[in-house]
Amino acid sequence: MKLSIWTYEGPPHVGAMRVATAMEKLHFVLHAPQGDTYADLLFTMIERGNKRPPVTYTTFQARDLGADTADLFKKACKEAVERFNPEALLVGASCTAELIQDDPGGLADALQLKIPVIPLELPSYQRKENFGTDETFYQIVKALACTQEQTKKFSVNILGPNALGFRHRDDVRELKTILNDLDVDLNVVAPLGASPSSIKNLAKAHANIMLYPESGELACRWLKENFDMPYTENTPIGINSTKDFIRELNQIRGVNGSVSDTSRLNFDWWSKSVDSNYFTGKRVFIFGDATHVAAASRIAKEEMAFSIVGIGCYNREYARKIRGLAKDLSVDALISDDYLEVEKRIADLQPELILGSQMERHIGKRLGIPCAVISAPFHVQDHPARFSPQVGWEGANVIFDTWVHPLVMGLEEHLLGMFREDFEFNDTAGPSHLSNSKGKINDERELLEESEITWAPEATKELKKIPFFVRGKAKRNTEKFAFENGHSAITKDLLYEAKAHYAR
Amino acid sequence: MNEHSQIKKMGGCSDLPILKERGQREVFCGLTGIIWLHRKIQDAFFLVVGSRTCAHLLQSAAGVMIFAEPRFGTAILEEKDLAGMADAHEELDREVANLLERRPDIKQLFLVGSCPSEVIKLDLSNAAERLSKVYFPQVRVLNFSGSGIETTFTQGEDACLASLVPSLEETDEENLVLVGSLPDIVEDQLVDLIAELGIKKITVLPGRKTATMPAIGKKSKFILVQPFLTDTTEALEKKGASRINAPFPFGEEGTTLWLRSIKDSYGVSEDKFELVTSAPRKRAQVGLKKLKASLQGKTIFFFPDSQLEIPLARFLSRECGMKLIEVGSPYINRSLVDKDLELIDEMPVISEGQDVDLQLDRCRESNPDITVCGLGLANPLEAEGLTTKWAIELVFTPIHGYEQAQDLAELFVRPLKRKEALLI
Repeated sequence: MKLSIWTYEGPPHVGAMRVATAMEKLHFVLHAPQGDTYADLLFTMIERGNKRPPVTYTTFQARDLGADTADLFKKACKEAVERFNPEALLVGASCTAELIQDDPGGLADALQLKIPVIPLELPSYQRKENFGTDETFYQIVKALACTQEQTKKFSVNILGPNALGFRHRDDVRELKTILNDLDVDLNVVAPLGASPSSIKNLAKAHANIMLYPESGELACRWLKENFDMPYTENTPIGINSTKDFIRELNQIRGVNGSVSDTSRLNFDWWSKSVDSNYFTGKRVFIFGDATHVAAASRIAKEEMAFSIVGIGCYNREYARKIRGLAKDLSVDALISDDYLEVEKRIADLQPELILGSQMERHIGKRLGIPCAVISAPFHVQDHPARFSPQVGWEGANVIFDTWVHPLVMGLEEHLLGMFREDFEFNDTAGPSHLSNSKGKINDERELLEESEITWAPEATKELKKIPFFVRGKAKRNTEKFAFENGHSAITKDLLYEAKAHYAR
Repeated sequence: MNEHSQIKKMGGCSDLPILKERGQREVFCGLTGIIWLHRKIQDAFFLVVGSRTCAHLLQSAAGVMIFAEPRFGTAILEEKDLAGMADAHEELDREVANLLERRPDIKQLFLVGSCPSEVIKLDLSNAAERLSKVYFPQVRVLNFSGSGIETTFTQGEDACLASLVPSLEETDEENLVLVGSLPDIVEDQLVDLIAELGIKKITVLPGRKTATMPAIGKKSKFILVQPFLTDTTEALEKKGASRINAPFPFGEEGTTLWLRSIKDSYGVSEDKFELVTSAPRKRAQVGLKKLKASLQGKTIFFFPDSQLEIPLARFLSRECGMKLIEVGSPYINRSLVDKDLELIDEMPVISEGQDVDLQLDRCRESNPDITVCGLGLANPLEAEGLTTKWAIELVFTPIHGYEQAQDLAELFVRPLKRKEALLI
């Protein structure tokens, strides 16, 4: 038993949902109790998904236990296939259903459905969300991929992008542009946008691009063993990593010197320009999933000339990679999914910038340290409308802008250092281009502002109960209403009369 | 009064058959209630004994992570707890010891059961008793179930409050207890109004602190402010307290009838009642009048969510002129919502439970002006062209009482206005 307050990863069945939701014409029947449907809102809210995830939950309740949960599961499978008409069916159990041992795979088999049924083993009490994505995609590939005639021209699959992945949608778009530059044909992108029929065609390609090891490594390895398909291991995030990735891909296809058009890349010059001098040696702490942390570490060191004070990842599966990297950087690696431990490490190290997930953004807020998000889990605000990849040349540009944004800029930093006692413009005031959380809502000052009209104590007390973000407006509206109606004193009743008056 | 009795004679929808469905339910489990309960009871900690899914639900359901360290957490069961390699009770004792050492401000610890803890039959009442012996009087340890196999969304609060009842002090004195958690400002407003009627000794369950929980006895009366408190009602009645039955205090009419039930129960004069309620009633009417124009004649469809659906449907149909198509509720306890059902004149479909795919078919078919549904359904339905209102906002926003009547109506006006205003 382990106490957890916030978690970096959900349970493995949420990973399976990320794969199912990314794909088309695939349906997932999940044996799960009532309440587990909360997971739908991750997709419909954080990613603003415009369709329901293709998941049918059995939502069993206490009265079903011991009676007919197996029948319930069979009924759900049958109805889901009839209603949604998928090309293939995933079946699995969430944590509670795992305990009642109904065997979704066996039950679905017994139905003799006319489509492939792919059973998932998702050990909820040992593994987590990323394992769920990797394992589910692997099972789908294993069940559906088959021998195919290779395309005449060299072509690749992009494997790993998912629903709810950090910028996966945009990464695929950027990578497609780069492949086009390199004159490499794209066969299939999966899971994102793939259908079971396109999975059948994976072996038409000559090689695979393992875009995110967390959600594609098992499938890439299996395809290598069974179809002799090589795969790339460099993740093209950052300038140098993108170059390495292109080199690796060229090597696989046996071509020398094919290059991608870098005229879109601004990061290199932006980083060399004099304004960026102030980045030199900025102390950063990097935490997130291993792939993004490894990429960010290289960018931070080689392309921003930051000084890295610590790195870590929450997915234990890649602990070795991060430990190795930490050793090279002469820092300690923190492998943990306990956010309190991460917070403590950050508090001890006192970095000037955190590169992390949504969790570290919260830690940063608490500790007053700026943070840029580089990894899942992320908030709806880190799923932007605009094209904002992490991969490739445009990804590098986006990363430069994102990391620089929370920092105090060049000369401003010096000026802050020169006049430390300036009451308005000092080093606790924060960067001038960001709203200042400390000074933003000074409700006491707002409430005490001089006015012709007096407030009865009970009315002031009531005003203070109004949420701070509308309190100022409520006060002004009430005073305006009082003035216009000839009242010189504001009572509690008058406060609410003004509210009714200004109803929209 | 006359108007009310007339309606009572007609019976409204109280005899309407309920469409009962069993299928996929797109609802939260009772653990979700912890999101507001842990803010409401300021010295309580909610320790869920469950799985990673429970922890993930709690942080996802809130939509935002709470900035301050929250007063809830999940003791996540691991393989070794299930395989019997570790004694789950010893593990729990250790986690509780760590927690209470780190949070000495905690006076009340709730051990909250989940689906997995119930399936493996982990006896949390036993654990609570054992831990209470260790930590009482510094900390009181209680337990309730918020599991999805036992509870739906707001039933978690019901289970929590019901678990508190046996621990409440006994009293021989008369008192009035408001039951159900409300935003503090709304709670104060309602308590003030009742006090102005001349009623003394008004307390609230749950109290904001462990020390301010109400006392209960045979002379206690209680009135619900939330419709989902079935088990709590039973627990209070078992202690000898008597319930004042009333429609729920939503809107001007609902709040008036709710207060009137208290007034009648205490024999307060009509004059006094008028004196106390006329000004806020008028304000609520003024506030609602402007919004009614936007809602009049519009159709509405409720997916089941919080059990607030029937009282809200009554408010929207009677005070805002909306037309009800379907009012879905996860669970309907007629004895608690009968006063609201009586007041609904038109005959919508009232459904209990859910088969979400069938209900979506009905919803699309009826093409309502507003669909009230959970966050998993809202964007997909918007993308299909329907206008939706997030049901969860109705639980997280001050909507009870006179001063919030216009805010409640405004919650339904906003999506309609937005649709009109957007020129894309």
